[in-house]
Amino acid sequence: MTAAYTRFELLRMFRNRRFTVFAFGFPLVLYLLIAGPNRGTHDLGGSGLAAPLYFMVGMLTFGTMNAMLASGTRIAAEKSVGWNRQLRITPLPPRLYFRTKVLTGYAMSLVSMALLYGAGLALGVRIPAGQWLEMTWLILVGLLPFAALGILIGHIVNTDSIGPAIGGSTSLLAFLGGVWYPIGNHGAFHAIGEALPSYWLVQAAHVGAGGHAWGTHGWIVLAAWTAGATVLARRAYLRDTQRA
Amino acid sequence: MSVLAPAPEAAPERAAGPGLRLQGLTKSFRGERGTVHAVAGLDVSIAPGETVALLGPNGAGKSTTIDMLLGLLDPDVGLVEVFDFSPHDAVAAGRVGAMLQTGSLIHDVTVRELIAVTASLYPRPLDVDEAIRVTGIGEIAERRTQKLSGGETQRARFAAALVGNPELLVLDEPTVAMDVEARRAFWSTMREFAMHGRTVVFATHYLEEADAYADRVILMAQGRIVADAPPTEIKAMVGRRHIRATLPRVDLVSLESLDGVSRAERRGDAISLVCSDSDAAIRALLLRHPEARDLEIVGAGLEDAFIELTTGGNE
Repeated sequence: MTAAYTRFELLRMFRNRRFTVFAFGFPLVLYLLIAGPNRGTHDLGGSGLAAPLYFMVGMLTFGTMNAMLASGTRIAAEKSVGWNRQLRITPLPPRLYFRTKVLTGYAMSLVSMALLYGAGLALGVRIPAGQWLEMTWLILVGLLPFAALGILIGHIVNTDSIGPAIGGSTSLLAFLGGVWYPIGNHGAFHAIGEALPSYWLVQAAHVGAGGHAWGTHGWIVLAAWTAGATVLARRAYLRDTQRA
Repeated sequence: MSVLAPAPEAAPERAAGPGLRLQGLTKSFRGERGTVHAVAGLDVSIAPGETVALLGPNGAGKSTTIDMLLGLLDPDVGLVEVFDFSPHDAVAAGRVGAMLQTGSLIHDVTVRELIAVTASLYPRPLDVDEAIRVTGIGEIAERRTQKLSGGETQRARFAAALVGNPELLVLDEPTVAMDVEARRAFWSTMREFAMHGRTVVFATHYLEEADAYADRVILMAQGRIVADAPPTEIKAMVGRRHIRATLPRVDLVSLESLDGVSRAERRGDAISLVCSDSDAAIRALLLRHPEARDLEIVGAGLEDAFIELTTGGNE
């Protein structure tokens, strides 16, 4: 059941050209535009990192976060054509519905990561294999709360407002989590950032640039967000049965 | 064996087992103009194998009732049981298939893919090709769902409802947007499906459909059951006709005594007779009043009939 339905979701996703072009193309193009012209910079802003590497790890966070939260946009669209209700009267259990949504989000994230890795390689980024693996693994784990958040937002917001809802959440989480620029090591911004899953996703990506893996703090924050968002998403899903 | 025949092991218990039970069902919505009592105390029992029409004008509470029957909506008060289970459990067990009214179909897949994925969610589905064949949608099976006309969408939806091989089939205004031919084909497939001991509940606002395809008609208006009877009786109740004529200075009481007339009204020189049997009434009228002019026999619309029935205008 899960396999068949996941295949169906993936089929629909990859057939929707506009969706895939924007979801995958946007981070990729942005990366090439920013990192391309600076590919010769070996010590970006005193960070000790080459520009292609620095921007690649930054864009990884943004691209994968986007890919995960995009499930919200897709859910809102499904609701608007009544698919959400149709699905409720099939035996598909909520658990499998969630599993499918999460798997689809991960499939999107993996494609997004692969594209950025490829672009990074093309621009001369070289990371030791062990570091690369660790980064990838941590990013995948760090994406879990975003999977739940995407589903949550999709079920509480309708198509007419899903754009701003998802775009706004992504930007806010990116901004406060330090995706765009470092938020420092102390102060109010740092405290807020540390409480957000996006901050830890950034830390995960930074492993590729010589950063450190999460300590207990990171794991706790991510676990709490995952649990909280999952509970809320489940509730939102069960309540969301009205006619569109 | 027909593809629509039920799984052999399930057949005997179906006929004898419990059917659907709606008890004291009530649902209100808070709207801009105060509370709307969409469904106001509904009591219905439906035996397994019955084909029941929910007939009523828009806003009668049909869709709300169906949503509660399917577990899409929780009643404020009251109980719903589907084969002795909660709607939720019956749905989870794959015993329910439905054609809902809202929206279009999910995009970016072909009709066949949609039906195949639906089949994969049910424990005992029909063969996908057979479902496509019996619903007659072979020629649109490879088309993308967003490229279908309204009628084709409904037919694809019907195939998706059937492919799960459910014991209960719920159809909310199934023939909306279908042309005459598609409608006829639809009902003949539906009938074949219902013949094998399956229970069918459908909502419609066409009296003719309820009359032709249901064993039993539940007439709803303003969230209540107005009548619950075999189609012939319902037809007699709401399918009545009016005779209009110009007939000055005639006694209403004498008109009401005519064969087939249940009530007479006058507006100026014009009279209007509400008939239980318009054929008998017109003969009787012309026998007694050959001077009657501008004769007209009109079918009362469902809406009129409902108003009459619900305001106690019926005798």
